[in-house]
Amino acid sequence: MTMQSSLDIQARSATTTPSPSVRSSAAVAKLIDESKCIGCKACQVACQEWNELRDEIGNNVGVYDNPSDLSASSWTLMRFAEVEDKDNNLSWLIRKDGCMHCADPGCLKACPAPGAIVQYSNGIVDFKQEACIGCGNCITGCPFNIPRISKKDNKAYKCTLCSDRVAVGLEPACVKTCPTGAITFGSKEDMVSYGEKRTKELQERGYANAGLYNPAGVGGTHVMYVLRHADKTEQYSGLPKDPSISPLVSLWKGAFKPLALLGMGVTALAGFFHYMKVGPNEVEDEKSREEA
Amino acid sequence: MSKYLQRYSDQERMNHWIVAICFILAALSGLAFFHPALFWLVNLFGGGPWARILHPFIGVAMFGFFLISMLRYWHHNKLDDNDRKWLRQWRDVANNREDMLPEVGRYNGGQKVVFWITVASTITLIVTGVIFWRPYFANLFPIELIRLASLLHAVAAFTLIVSTIVHVYAAIWVKGTLRAMTRGNVSEAWAKKHHSNWHREVTR
Repeated sequence: MTMQSSLDIQARSATTTPSPSVRSSAAVAKLIDESKCIGCKACQVACQEWNELRDEIGNNVGVYDNPSDLSASSWTLMRFAEVEDKDNNLSWLIRKDGCMHCADPGCLKACPAPGAIVQYSNGIVDFKQEACIGCGNCITGCPFNIPRISKKDNKAYKCTLCSDRVAVGLEPACVKTCPTGAITFGSKEDMVSYGEKRTKELQERGYANAGLYNPAGVGGTHVMYVLRHADKTEQYSGLPKDPSISPLVSLWKGAFKPLALLGMGVTALAGFFHYMKVGPNEVEDEKSREEA
Repeated sequence: MSKYLQRYSDQERMNHWIVAICFILAALSGLAFFHPALFWLVNLFGGGPWARILHPFIGVAMFGFFLISMLRYWHHNKLDDNDRKWLRQWRDVANNREDMLPEVGRYNGGQKVVFWITVASTITLIVTGVIFWRPYFANLFPIELIRLASLLHAVAAFTLIVSTIVHVYAAIWVKGTLRAMTRGNVSEAWAKKHHSNWHREVTR
């Protein structure tokens, strides 16, 4: 969502002073119950419709994934994984991929453009494309491989969690359209307790390893999954088990940033004060000849 | 009139200044992305997207011209025991007690160290920079490598900027040095005082 000013911004990329945060709103979350998903892709359609996007017609890549990957125009994508368990039972694990809206967003941490990425107090992480410079640091910072740079305009795009709809009290388009109720939306608190309830139900039905995916490594997420096999998240088309911002990114955008700036300043100042204290190193006889 | 000794040819000096200009442009645009406090520097390049577009091309130009200097000066910069002794006596260096220092050839230990730091950081910058150059090359590399490259690029840039501050300051501090790069020559007295072995070599 762009061009919408807001007074409830929790964090802003490349900004060292507080963001406009006089207002605050309750944390929201989207819960995706993988066990209820039938892979109909209505969420993909609703996403494109609401956001007025139309991806290019691609090629069949031999699996049901269509398009084959997220793109600047496809902000959500059903990923289909065929998995055989130890008894040779085939299960079809379908995961609706898209931005997880991390509480500790790696994209926001890595972004060098002030205000190109914002995190609202309700937890939604949003890209402001008009401030985006197209460097791709958001991709570098993201632990989920979500942002995509458009070939058309070199700006980064991803799921907005329908921040425009949420701002006026509506649920995201994918939630509204889901025919099986696999996607629900509400306060983060409610979604966590509903997710835990669903987990318990699945466990009672024999999915002993069912669980709520709300990874603590990124501070929890505002898009959560209920998974039947929470012990094997990687089976769901590579959903990371314990995602966190890479320590390389944390070092680069954390401690190193101010220390390096300090180091450069101190070096320049050391030169200045050295000159003032010790003075120039001059060739004596040349100097005296000039004076004579 | 004092006598002047040729130190750098026209071609060497022009090459040096091309590298210097590229360095300043690359450093200013790179620093803009490095720290939010310096983001305003993008305005010198026509805004954020333009700074992002131009920075890598400036970097490639810098590397190309730097390579010419690097290959030319490589053999002049091999550190020997004399240089190590010179470096150990850095207190005498910093306090202008040059008479206490070992005799210096074409370059002193400090200049040689700056040369090698510059070589290492410039090569690191070009290699890591290409790895996360969007939209052209970044898609060819795995994300973990891109993350490592981004960090190393920043570290190498920091190292190059700090060593260049030292390089520039040394030229301001040691009077008579600057003309080696602006005019191509140095006074014989300068050569005798700061690079006595080199002076002997070229006046023999």
